[in-house]
Amino acid sequence: MKRLVRAAAFGAALATLAFGLQAQPKPAAKGASGDTIKIAYIDPLSGTFANVGEQGLAEFRFAVSRINAAGGVLGGRKLEVIGFDNKTSPQESLNQLKRVIDQGIQYITQGNGSAVAGALIEAINRHNERNPGKEILYLNYAAVDPAYTNEKCSFWHFRFDANSDMKMESLTSWMAGRKEIKKVYLLNQDYSFGHAVKKAAREYLAKKRPDIQIVGDDLHPLGKVTDFAPYVAKIKAAGADTVITGNWGNDMSLLVKAGRDAGLNVDWYTYYAGGLGTPTAMGEAAAGKVKIVAEYHSNVANNKAAKWDADYRKQAPKGNPDFYYLRGKIMWDMLAKAMNQAKSADPKAVAIALEGMKHEGEMGEVEMRKSDHQLIQPLYIMTIVKSAAKGGPKDAKIDMEGSGLAPITEARMEAFTSAQPTSCVMKRP
Amino acid sequence: MEFFLVQTLNGISYGLLLFMLSSGLTLVFSLMGVLNFAHASFYMLGAYFAYQISAKIGFWPALVLAPVLVGTVGMLVERWGLRSVHKFGHVAELLFTFGLAYLIDEAVHLVWGRSAVEYRVPAELDGPLFQIMGSQYPIYRGFMMLISVAMLVSIWLALTRTRIGLVIQAALTHPHTVEALGHNVPRVFMLVFGGGAALAGLAGVIGGNAFVTEPGMAAAVGPIIFVIVVVGGMGSLAGAFIASLLIGCLQTFAVSLDWSLGGISIASAAPVLPYLLMVLMLILRPRGLLGTRDG
Repeated sequence: MKRLVRAAAFGAALATLAFGLQAQPKPAAKGASGDTIKIAYIDPLSGTFANVGEQGLAEFRFAVSRINAAGGVLGGRKLEVIGFDNKTSPQESLNQLKRVIDQGIQYITQGNGSAVAGALIEAINRHNERNPGKEILYLNYAAVDPAYTNEKCSFWHFRFDANSDMKMESLTSWMAGRKEIKKVYLLNQDYSFGHAVKKAAREYLAKKRPDIQIVGDDLHPLGKVTDFAPYVAKIKAAGADTVITGNWGNDMSLLVKAGRDAGLNVDWYTYYAGGLGTPTAMGEAAAGKVKIVAEYHSNVANNKAAKWDADYRKQAPKGNPDFYYLRGKIMWDMLAKAMNQAKSADPKAVAIALEGMKHEGEMGEVEMRKSDHQLIQPLYIMTIVKSAAKGGPKDAKIDMEGSGLAPITEARMEAFTSAQPTSCVMKRP
Repeated sequence: MEFFLVQTLNGISYGLLLFMLSSGLTLVFSLMGVLNFAHASFYMLGAYFAYQISAKIGFWPALVLAPVLVGTVGMLVERWGLRSVHKFGHVAELLFTFGLAYLIDEAVHLVWGRSAVEYRVPAELDGPLFQIMGSQYPIYRGFMMLISVAMLVSIWLALTRTRIGLVIQAALTHPHTVEALGHNVPRVFMLVFGGGAALAGLAGVIGGNAFVTEPGMAAAVGPIIFVIVVVGGMGSLAGAFIASLLIGCLQTFAVSLDWSLGGISIASAAPVLPYLLMVLMLILRPRGLLGTRDG
């Protein structure tokens, strides 16, 4: 029996490891087509955040197929996005990066998890320094820790999402005018991004609304909490009227769901409540209570991306119809433009073309700031309300995931309002 | 005081869900000596089956049918897989269930995709059960507790008060004698393994819509149920019950405390505490709280 007890203890330890290991997605055969420019999508395709990773992959494949259908880049070369599963782990991402390098792929894109982004930036800097001519370019579409366009900025990294500070700047600017906000609770994931949200929230609120009381400030482990009821009870006990959270994926859905079950009456100020599965999990009780800051939503006025949005929905994966990453479309358009401008698919030439590039985005002009490789872009503050079909306001036309909830615009923040100064000292090769 | 009461209820209901999850594991272990690594995967299967059934014919039939289906899968696994591996000893069994966990995970990906599915709490169980000074307590949590306690009582009654229970207990210690008395011991083991899987499946039916039904849900609870079984004492149902409540409350109350030790707040360390408890338990009392088998 002693052996069995040991086996059990060993089993518990192994279980954590075990479920991390999953089947690898099949890489395309090496050099299958010399003309195709491959981009490695290094994001979770298994584990807790697999759903989030799958959505990005589906949208990017759509965007790339459109570019290819319109003639590709560089006079006929095609783009191809290949999925590499990193399980949201920095260590696993580095393993995947090695595979990417081995396959001769020179572009990567990643978004979920700033810890992952940090590991990738460091590894790519090192690789590029040692392997001139075989550089890797990193297109970041969602990892928003401000450090990567400040003290840890890199020539090889371009961020197409507004960073956490820019989002918080917009969110707090809007909160400043809401006199009913008196007590704020901060609840974030315990890793670099969550810390960045918490720090910026405290700093900007102190500046813009010193009268607001921060009644609680908690960090919880990333993707490990099943039951948020204890956190909700704590928020309630603190008497908060508003919660600010940077949570994403299941951490966001489960939190709002627990709040709903306990009848917690607060306004949620979020980055990612529009993310996959969250509207479904929140249900109609969330109507009017949840705010999001993001670069796009489907009900935005004068929507120049409306046709794109509708076309995507027509062929979207089953059970996951929403179009989410407008910044992804902008990223691919800018990449194609940069390749054409540089007349080359060489990452260094493309990076130089991307620096300072201005682009007529669907929501207005955007600029890839040369000094830190941060895309400066307009942002929207939106509220989730009942969709028009369920008796909500009539501009809440397109609902989210068939949940009966739809976003409407509260405010548009022009590109210059959210832009933050940078401490980046860019080292160019 | 109100806060304390709410948190206690939260802790107990989470603990009871953990008990539903770990009871099957500890039963299979105590009756068959098999440490079932795929137990959490049966939990996940339960949730997905329930999602599929409730989409077609409603939640209440799913509550019965899904565990039965999972139990059938468990019995098939025992009959056509585990039984042949049994003669090679415990390590082979462990590795077999280890591989099975992957197999089920991948099967779930293939059939239902990698995103969460919309498996919802039925309308009649959705809403507040009662209010404690302004705080709502959801009906579904109460329902969860009820099922869990009913499960504990019925397992206990089945094992100690019924004929089949006695045969099962006897088959464990004296399989040859039981066989000589005319009982089909391999079939008893098959029923036990299937029963354990069905219990996990039932936990999946309840847990799947209380939280989220997605392919990562097995991984999320996999480690914690082993902790419960070790802390409670391998093979002890009552031990697993106490350990589940203990760990449920421990995690809940750790979140509520704003103390910090050397810069690490207790709240952010909450998810680590069960593992700490397991390590301490193994050092100080290797057989667990109520385990009868001394290591």
